[in-house]
Formats: sequence, structure tokens, C-alpha cells
Amino acid sequence: MTIEQRAQSFLSVLRHCQLLGMTVEQADENGLVIKLPYSDLIIGNPVTGVVHGGAITTLMDTCCGISTVCYLDEFEICPTLDLRIDYMHPAEPGAPIFGFAECYRVTPTVIFTRGVAYQQSREEPLAHVVGTFMRMGKGAIDSQKVPAASGGTA
Amino acid sequence: MNEHIEQLVRDAHESGDYMPLIAEIPYARMLGIRVMRLGEEMIFHLPIKADNIGNPMLPALHGGVLAGFMEQAAMLHLMTSMHSQTFPKIIDFSVDYLRAGLSRDTYATCQVWRQGRRVGNVAITAWQTRSEEPVATARAHFKLD
Repeated sequence: MTIEQRAQSFLSVLRHCQLLGMTVEQADENGLVIKLPYSDLIIGNPVTGVVHGGAITTLMDTCCGISTVCYLDEFEICPTLDLRIDYMHPAEPGAPIFGFAECYRVTPTVIFTRGVAYQQSREEPLAHVVGTFMRMGKGAIDSQKVPAASGGTA
Repeated sequence: MNEHIEQLVRDAHESGDYMPLIAEIPYARMLGIRVMRLGEEMIFHLPIKADNIGNPMLPALHGGVLAGFMEQAAMLHLMTSMHSQTFPKIIDFSVDYLRAGLSRDTYATCQVWRQGRRVGNVAITAWQTRSEEPVATARAHFKLD
């Protein structure tokens, strides 16, 4: 299975994500992009039609979590330890939101991920995200597969 | 601001019943959020629902649903404590997952640690069996108008 197929099969079993209509747009060894379509279900402010932060958190938790398949040889269940989202500006109502995530450090016990939520371009993020995931798998050391942090020093 | 919503917020503040307001927030309605008033205290309640499940094999509440529930709880709690007419805007949100959120009813309470003129800081605790054993804790900053 390709990385994209593995990401798709992971997403397809997550019931709440299916309800929101989330789809894998792109997945390779550099990270993952998931699309969250706009819908009435996820409106948080009924006056402005702006999407609820919770829907963006769900997109980014899912995206960071599934991005682990881009770096691990075998499927492992990786529960979220923590997640932080910083909002740059509200999402434009009516348009889909994309989530991008990558793993910047993989250790035998934890995986550090980061990403952005965006609409027009990844260069203009709605939100920045960091998430840490626990490895429950066999504890294999896959860190040599991951390039030493693509850019950042974290 | 939309007059209908403004009226609902005023009615909720007056009566202490926030369910009609929650019913007008599509995301809160989709998750099925409820709120109980015990005197001045507010306890938020997320009844278990198949559509809120992430991994069906465990089965577990989706981490994003739990976070969304906590964010909505914080927002309503802040509106209530400030008697605010408008929805506060989220600045940042940070959640720590402490235990697996199982396929069970979930509860949350909030604490406003700081309410300045422009920014409010709210801590949220979510639990399923006992409040001393939280499934998640979170912290949010909101911009106040």
C-alpha cells in the first residue's frame, strides 16, 4: 500500500471524520493534507457563519495523528498526548479548510507533529498547530527514517 | 448582531436556561451538547453518540470532539460569567489528553482564571466517571469585545 492509501484507509474508519466529510488530498513522505468541506453542521457562530474552532481542532488532531503513517513502516495506534492551536484569523465561511501536518521528530515513545490549517494557501495559515502523540506499538526505532527536522530546530 | 440570537442570549442570562441558545449553534447541536445549572454552577454534558466516535475499534470518543466540546463549554461559561451579548473569539486552545475518552457520557466544568478587558483565560476539565479523574484538561484564551 502507498502512503496515500494507508492514510485514506486510516481516515475511512474514523466515524466522526466521515460525518464531517473529511478526505485525504495528498500524502507522502513529507506530510499529509486533509480537506474539511464547509457545511452547516460545523458553524460555530450562527450570526456570521464562521466555522467552530472545535471542527478545526478535529481536522488538525486527525491530520497530525494520521501524518504518523507517513513516517512509520507499520500501522501503530498513536493516541494524542496534547495538542495546541493558535488562531491567526477566522476561517472564511463557505469555503473548505485544509489541514497540513508533518512529523518533525519520531522517537521510540513519542512522535512530535506540527501543521497548519489554511484555505487559500499554506503560506497564509488560519491556524498553527503542534501535537504530540504516544507510540503504543512495538517501540521500534524508526527515527533514522525521518530527516532531522525539516527546517525548524525544535 | 442578529436580533434573534441577541434575544436568545438575553433570555438565557435571565432564565439561566442555555439550551435554547445552544440549539441555535449548529456545531454544539451536532455534538449534542447539554448544560445543567446547579445554582450558579454550570456543568456541561456530552451524551454518548455514535457519530462522535473516532476509532470504532476501541471504541473511543474522537479527540477533536472532546476538544470541541471543551472549547464550546469554555465559550458559554465565559459568556455567562460576563453576561456577554456576543460570542467571544478563540485566540488559542491547548488540550492535554490524560486518559482514553471512552464511548461514555462526558462532563466538563470551567474556571475563568483571568478576565481582562480584552482577553479572557479559561481552564476546562473534562471527565467521564469521576471529576477527580479527568480524561482531559484544556486551557483557552478568548478575545473579548
